[in-house]
Amino acid sequence: MEDVLLLDRLHFAFTVTFHYIFPQLTMGLTLLLVYLKTKALRTGDEHFNNAARFWAHIFGITFVLGVVTGIPMEFQFGTNWAAFSKSAGGVIGQTLAMEGVFSFFLESAFLGLFLFGEKKLGPIGHWWAGFLVWLGSWLSGYLIVATNGWMQYPTGYSVGPNGEILLSSFWKLLLNRWTAWQYAHTMTGAVQTGCFAMAAVGAFYLLARNYQNYGRTFVKTGVIVGTIAALLQLYPTGDMQGRLITQHQPPTLAAMEGLFKEERGAPLAILGQPDVRNQRLDNPLVIPNMLSFLTYRSWSANVKGLDSFPHDQWPDQIEMLYYSYHLMVGLGTIFIAVMCLAAWYLSRDRLYESRWMLWVLMLSGPLPFIANTAGWITAELGRQPWVIYQLMRTSTGISPHVSEGNVLFTLIGFMGMYTLLSILFLFLIYREIDHGPEPTQ
Amino acid sequence: MGTLWYWLVAFMITTYVLLDGFDLGAGTIQFLVAKTSEERRQVIASIGPVWDGNEVWLIAAGGTLYFAFPSLYASAFSGFYLPLMIVLWLLILRGISIELRNHVGGDVWEPMWDFLFCASSLLLAVFYGAALGNVVRGVPLDASGYFFEPLWTNWRLGEETGILDWYTVLVGVCALAALVMHGAIWLQMKTAGIVSERAGRAAKRAWWGVVSLTVIVTLVTFGVQPQIRMNLSARPWGFLFPVLAIGGLAGVRWNLTRKNEAKTFAASCAYLAGMLICVVFGVYPMVLPARDSVHSLTVANAKAGEYGLKIGLVWWAIGIILVLLYLSIVYRSFAGKVAGEPDSRGQ
Repeated sequence: MEDVLLLDRLHFAFTVTFHYIFPQLTMGLTLLLVYLKTKALRTGDEHFNNAARFWAHIFGITFVLGVVTGIPMEFQFGTNWAAFSKSAGGVIGQTLAMEGVFSFFLESAFLGLFLFGEKKLGPIGHWWAGFLVWLGSWLSGYLIVATNGWMQYPTGYSVGPNGEILLSSFWKLLLNRWTAWQYAHTMTGAVQTGCFAMAAVGAFYLLARNYQNYGRTFVKTGVIVGTIAALLQLYPTGDMQGRLITQHQPPTLAAMEGLFKEERGAPLAILGQPDVRNQRLDNPLVIPNMLSFLTYRSWSANVKGLDSFPHDQWPDQIEMLYYSYHLMVGLGTIFIAVMCLAAWYLSRDRLYESRWMLWVLMLSGPLPFIANTAGWITAELGRQPWVIYQLMRTSTGISPHVSEGNVLFTLIGFMGMYTLLSILFLFLIYREIDHGPEPTQ
Repeated sequence: MGTLWYWLVAFMITTYVLLDGFDLGAGTIQFLVAKTSEERRQVIASIGPVWDGNEVWLIAAGGTLYFAFPSLYASAFSGFYLPLMIVLWLLILRGISIELRNHVGGDVWEPMWDFLFCASSLLLAVFYGAALGNVVRGVPLDASGYFFEPLWTNWRLGEETGILDWYTVLVGVCALAALVMHGAIWLQMKTAGIVSERAGRAAKRAWWGVVSLTVIVTLVTFGVQPQIRMNLSARPWGFLFPVLAIGGLAGVRWNLTRKNEAKTFAASCAYLAGMLICVVFGVYPMVLPARDSVHSLTVANAKAGEYGLKIGLVWWAIGIILVLLYLSIVYRSFAGKVAGEPDSRGQ
């Protein structure tokens, strides 16, 4: 039984982690595409339309991979997590079905027009198509985060006679406080992925002295929007997420921070390896009293450590949770530094000539994918051992009749399939970048 | 309220089959109707802007099923674990074949994706049919409300059924024939020149297959699932649906010989809808019949809470009106036949 639970968890974790590589890029890029299309409309400069077309191609490839890897996600709730679905389907099915009805139809209808209908639609119609694709993808993000937000912080439900969870307030499900901040935090993360990708391609063109005109537009757009997003990622969205966890998931906070013992004026661990068996942090590098301040806005506040909670309330992967959280925060800090520095160079008109800064921007391109992934691992491992926080344990949520052999079989299948998709994706994106934004006549 | 949602989910699944059905069928017969790379490009162009939206009906129907009948979703999806996963892999392969075929071009790249597109479309049609066959035949649900079916056991309709047995494979082949006809009719309508002519001939040939398989499957099904006959005698208005299916088939033949391309397509839709609604009508009030009928999942024991179903109706109605609006925009901008025109990059 233990093995099949682990395999079911890995199955979901693997497929959702791979899937989320693509939506974070498309959700970020679609905002930048609307920006470029708006610029083109207002200046009447064809340069911005070419720039938008180039990114629309990359968007199109990424979107296809997002769609085909996304379909398995909804189905897995039923295939691998049947007991969870049977209990909670009446609640989370609402937001998942709404995602299909309200956002996927919108996206799929207007993406085709956006990618292939520019001539037919004219400039204003094409701007609207782009705008509706943005709306659809951001709405989709909201409804998915609302599903996750409810699992993190369930509200608006009651429990029926057979243990089934019944929806009792639609608006509490949809306008969950947790969801609002988690969504804001997720979306600034996605915008950073888009901005870093755009700036990295721009920096590559400038460094390679190729399509430099476009390189400047990409770097400038990426850096300006990216700086705003990087700052919003930390404050208020990241800060509020942290405080919600402090308030509603205190064992999670303790595990994330590697705080084994309750402490007044708790320090913030920057580095160190949690040793769960001996309940201590090895090789710690800490800022004294900082954790107390961040969580309760008081330098001497008391922060509960893991020792304040019974063992069966502890997240079951403390080390992984600690590392993914620290990786996310560390990278987020680096993003702020990189973007602010680049923005400063930009404001001095020195960015396009500063080769080392362009190198940094180019090499930083893939990092937000890691940060976003680490952030989701933090959210999901932090919720453990619950699939619905304090309501249903993960171990009771799996499909009772699906055996280890079958789960392992399909997990291996997905791994093979997704390896092929990764190779294809990189190959096709490389071709687009190599082809460049100049229109072929 | 449960019965209403039963019909709404059925409506969404039927719409999915009508829409994705034509692109599955088109994929299956593309080598038959399109001999050159340029002709196959036409086939892809005739479904390119819509296939993704068609597939959204599957996702939306799945989501709706999830919140309206959580127990059904949980039982059926975990019980059909392997075929569902295979369907997912096929959907992945098919999606990328359609989208990536025209990205690179050349005599290695294009045939590879064309083959994958054809094979995945064909297998999907058979699997969907077999899935329908499983629902009609009933599955080995136990007292816990769950079951697990291996892909096949002894190919018989005993207690230990598999996903594939002689009956479900028969339904799968019938579904394949029906979607091949549907896809051929779509291609006849949306493409021009030689491709359209070949598609018309393929539709005529497929029609005979569809007629004979429909007769066989219908006769066999009355034996396999007695509930259908009971429902028909209890509610004689249900005879409307077989009549719709037969009328659709007759309409296909009538219009094919007279080259009324749009009417042929409408008739094919009527046939598919009629057949599917026969099943929907026939198994009611069960949503998933069990081999041992005491364990069957019914509308009453599988539905979600009343409040959720009521509030769902509000947003669902608004959502579907919006969807119909988008679809009318998309299909209007995509009206007429596709010529072999180049794609956005001039390739």
